[in-house]
Amino acid sequence: MLQYALRRFALAVLIVLVAVTAMFLMIRAVPGDPVQIMLGPRATPELQARLTAELALDQPIWRQLVIFYGNLLQGDLGTDVFSGRSVTNIVFQQLPHTLSLIFASILWSAALGIGLGAYAAAHPNTLIDRMTAAISVAFVAAPAFVVALLSLLIFAVNLKWFPAIGVGEGIWDKLDHLVLPAFAIGLSWVGYVARLVRASMLEVMGENHIRTARAFGISEGRIVLSYALRIAILPVVTVIGVGMGFLLSSAVFAEIVFARPGLGKLVIDSITTRNYPIVMGSVLVSTTLFVVSTALADLINAWLDPRARSEN
Amino acid sequence: MSKSRSELSLILTGVARDPLGLMGLIIVGTIIFCALFAAWITPHDPIGMNIKDRLQGPSLTYLLGTDQLGRDTFSRVIMGGQVALKVALPAVFGAMIIGLTLGMIAGYGPKWLDNLLMLFFDTIRSFPTVMFALAVVALVGPSLQTVVFVVMATSIPTYGRVARTQTLTLRNSEFILAERSMGAGMARILGVHMLPNIIGVLAVLAAMDIPTVIALEAGLSFLGLGVKPPTPSWGALLKDGYALIRQTPWLVVGGGLPIILATLGFTFLGESLRDVVDPKLRKQR
Repeated sequence: MLQYALRRFALAVLIVLVAVTAMFLMIRAVPGDPVQIMLGPRATPELQARLTAELALDQPIWRQLVIFYGNLLQGDLGTDVFSGRSVTNIVFQQLPHTLSLIFASILWSAALGIGLGAYAAAHPNTLIDRMTAAISVAFVAAPAFVVALLSLLIFAVNLKWFPAIGVGEGIWDKLDHLVLPAFAIGLSWVGYVARLVRASMLEVMGENHIRTARAFGISEGRIVLSYALRIAILPVVTVIGVGMGFLLSSAVFAEIVFARPGLGKLVIDSITTRNYPIVMGSVLVSTTLFVVSTALADLINAWLDPRARSEN
Repeated sequence: MSKSRSELSLILTGVARDPLGLMGLIIVGTIIFCALFAAWITPHDPIGMNIKDRLQGPSLTYLLGTDQLGRDTFSRVIMGGQVALKVALPAVFGAMIIGLTLGMIAGYGPKWLDNLLMLFFDTIRSFPTVMFALAVVALVGPSLQTVVFVVMATSIPTYGRVARTQTLTLRNSEFILAERSMGAGMARILGVHMLPNIIGVLAVLAAMDIPTVIALEAGLSFLGLGVKPPTPSWGALLKDGYALIRQTPWLVVGGGLPIILATLGFTFLGESLRDVVDPKLRKQR
């Protein structure tokens, strides 16, 4: 297990390194003077000279890369071109908003999805099972940002049940502001998780220890809840870890639609003002987040299921 | 030729027999029909402005109402389907071809090349799709080509990984061993004997991938980072609709429903295709 964990961790680090280097080279490969692109046509020569020195653009490319990594290791993602604030601070100020949105989405969609999936598997081929299947496909199909827009239209603008914009202040107000965005992001996951749990549940229900439990006269409800579901739930853990990237992507849209502060809103705003250091800093942080969560999911999976360790 | 044609009709019959598959076939067929004949179907010029009739509700003249510039929403929805397919089809096809080639090389070639390609796939997949798209758009600017490139780049690993797994499984199967012992070269083994066994799975994957691509294009255009105005895309409709959400609901509805319908249609079609082409795949994913 330790050996697997180390190998998986090394792979994660390698991936982040390659991704960050690729991103760095991509910025440098853009035609034209990066300083000019970042500062726009109206920048003063002093400002241009300062940024050139700051980004070490007068140095050879390999030294630029070394300096970039040196700064990165010290937690320095660069400086915001306009305000002069540290990008690290700006990004980590926004991150909690995005994370709380993602966790709220996972929480409600996994809870409902597991419930639906388990119920459908316990009553296979009934009307409710078929309905769950049909609704699952329909939900999986709905892109988060379209759901976000339609729910904004219906529940915030027309019915006025929930606030349309912002994150709110104080715990209840914040939760109130979380409902619609979390609903929009989580909806497609309900169907996905439900299908997953149903499939793995049906597999588990056919196994020997369940049959033995039945033979001992343990009630069906207890078998489902405390024997089968415990095992059937495992794939969900991996899927959520791997799905972190999708969740982050959906969060970008939800933040725009509901005008919530967060990583996504930060990136979009920075793109329109051509604030490259912030765009790159946010992409870097979100990529790292994604790689770490995928690796964690793999590790949890390997810990729970030793067969996964021997696979590539 | 006649063999592959009868196989195709067999697959289509199989899909049409499944109710969800039939529904998918009808939806996808309608979208493709509308896209092909958009110029004849649209009742108004999709980019023609008529300020006098701005922000109207649905009527017989304007089936889905008009936007802030008096453009007919229904015509823009129809034209938007053309844009969506213009992005989705080349992107998915390109990603499939490149992914297939790289995946087969990874599966059949030397171990070091396999490791290198896998690292390449894992790296691309490590960017959250939209974040990657945003980074690229920030660097090279928004355009139809940028969207196609982003979509292609982000979906290559999916095809590559599946093609690799398939190649690895086939690699040690008896008929390939027999070919090799008879002295068949690598190109012949990969192209003539393995390709037909891999392409079906990838085609199913492609059908299921199209909705993701359509959604991504619409999403980027919604953010104002996809196709440029005045090109009517579903995402651009949503962008206008979002800005005017308190004045008129019809732009959001007109832009949102086709995306959901298209996603549903391609998903149904893809799932049904998968069951017909290779029932074993049902358990995966």
